[in-house]
Amino acid sequence: MIQVKNISKHYDETEALKNVSLHVERGELFGLIGPDGAGKTTLMRILMTLLLADSGEAKMDGLDVVKNFKKIRNIVGYMPGRFSLYQDLSVEENLNFFATVFGTTVEENYELIRDIYYQIEPFKTRRAGKLSGGMKQKLALSCALIHKPKILVLDEPTTGVDAVSRKEFWEMLKKLQKQDITIMVSTPYMDEANLCDRVALIQNGQILDVDSPQNITSKFPKKIIRVRSQEMFRLINDLRAFEKTESAFAFGQFVHFTGKNNAVESAELKEYLEKLNHKSILAEEVEPDIEDVFMSMQEQSQ
Amino acid sequence: MKQLRSFIKKEFFHIFRDPRTMIILFGIPIAQLLIFGTVIKNEIKDVHIAIFDQSKDETTLEITNKILSSGYFLLDENLENTKDIETIFKKGKVRQVIVFESKFGEKLIKEGKAGVQLIADASDPNVARLVNSYTTGIINDYIKKMYPNLKLPMQIEPEIRMFFNEEMQSAYLFVPGVMALILMLISAMMTSISITREKEMGTMEILLVSPLRPAQIIVGKVIPYLLLSIANAFVIVLIGHFIFKVPIMGSFILLMFETILFILMALCLGILISTVAKNQMVAMFISMIGLMLPTIILSGFIYPIENMPTALQILSHVMPARYFVTIIRAIMLKGVGILFVWKETLTLIGMTLFFIALSVKKFKIRLE
Repeated sequence: MIQVKNISKHYDETEALKNVSLHVERGELFGLIGPDGAGKTTLMRILMTLLLADSGEAKMDGLDVVKNFKKIRNIVGYMPGRFSLYQDLSVEENLNFFATVFGTTVEENYELIRDIYYQIEPFKTRRAGKLSGGMKQKLALSCALIHKPKILVLDEPTTGVDAVSRKEFWEMLKKLQKQDITIMVSTPYMDEANLCDRVALIQNGQILDVDSPQNITSKFPKKIIRVRSQEMFRLINDLRAFEKTESAFAFGQFVHFTGKNNAVESAELKEYLEKLNHKSILAEEVEPDIEDVFMSMQEQSQ
Repeated sequence: MKQLRSFIKKEFFHIFRDPRTMIILFGIPIAQLLIFGTVIKNEIKDVHIAIFDQSKDETTLEITNKILSSGYFLLDENLENTKDIETIFKKGKVRQVIVFESKFGEKLIKEGKAGVQLIADASDPNVARLVNSYTTGIINDYIKKMYPNLKLPMQIEPEIRMFFNEEMQSAYLFVPGVMALILMLISAMMTSISITREKEMGTMEILLVSPLRPAQIIVGKVIPYLLLSIANAFVIVLIGHFIFKVPIMGSFILLMFETILFILMALCLGILISTVAKNQMVAMFISMIGLMLPTIILSGFIYPIENMPTALQILSHVMPARYFVTIIRAIMLKGVGILFVWKETLTLIGMTLFFIALSVKKFKIRLE
């Protein structure tokens, strides 16, 4: 459904995308995972026919993003990273406007947006600028969906949205996927990667890996030990000072530790930390997470 | 068509819901008209003068009375010696000193000749010239009436009539000019700002990714402002006519047609500005500096084009307002028909088409 072949793009001095290739199957929920400035937005804008790549080619539903940009604009739904609806128009007016612009009516495709829209319908006369973050995001999604697009592209839709709304939002995406809509979504949150069918890890304009979240973590060769003690800050510093440490990152309430080789056992770590007077130490082996993979890849690429 | 209609509807929502836009659209034109109307004046009124009368006879007193009762002058002081003249000018209030030589009346009868000196403060040359010519006129008028047998030095007596503006009302001059200025500013500035606002707010990104064509976006932006500007023009003409008493000698329909043409031209210019400007500030700046000043200075609205240096005269040919001011002055004051202004009309049509073509061509279908 989406094909990207050797796309490169630079702005002045910075190279935003370096020889990026990937493909997204029809009906897939595909995630672009990467930190700010990785090139996610640039890639999406190229796919949305908003930017021209320096080299390489990309196709959406078999249509070239440069030659057939007009046709593509009829079959895609796009939600930019920044809230981009008319703040001085009400919820209802925004929705009606985008429906007519795409040559359809709200009634015609109401089925598709019902689950999302009914939550904001009580506020339909409120100006969009006065909505909360979660409601804005629902409205933006409704507007992007109102013409029943084949491909939906969402640029960091969950940034700046509370945890509950984020969860709801991903549930909505899962439902949309069942309606035969191909979805590409970007996010800087690693935990959201697990909700995608497949993800591309992207950093500094380069794709590090493309695979299902399960495969990405299961093929990770290193052993992860999570460690906790009463003094987190000193813990990280002490771990980093340990001769067998390759990396130690803060990871929620824990520190994720990888050794120079997988022979380092959690018992060994415990012993080392006890010597340094750490209290209530916990060290146990855990399954690697996408973030672990990402951190390690980041280390290697630097 | 439906798309366009809903685009226009949205545009009206933006306009009516933004107090700033409403003020610029409707408050500023009326304020400007009234300000220009009371500020730009070429006639003089209540100019302070001083008189140094060395003869103090019947004739000089009568002349003095005549001058003071004309309504143009206010007497500040009667001077007693020549030294006072410079002192009083330095104070800055008095613009002119009238000096009658001694035995003025006697000399006038005996020799048929008497001296009066008009000394003006020429630090403002325009006022100085005006004031002197007013005084000269009053004195000559008086002498001619009192001594019809006396021959004034001049042999040829020109009889002056000011056609189309007998009373030299400056309102006749500025109403067409202010109309050009306001329409240019409102139309060009508002469209360019409203398009750049979409860029700034990120909504342009969504509009571009929609099936809307550039032409639809442009037309959708132009129509609301066209309608509002026509309403504006109407109000200006009415204020000009009923408050400043500017006549409308020619066809009102032709006047409105030319106005709509000018508005269209300005709107297209606004769109062209928006294709260059990245944000609202830049758009506003270009409109203000790039359009307002040249319109005021180079359109012949305040300063006559014929008096400008050649380079500026040539430059004034690309000022659309120049043609518009010529056209509406001709229609309003001279009452001429299209036959007399077709050249200017054609120029405006040409400019409009040029700007439309250029802005459709320059309108970006992508983000960069």
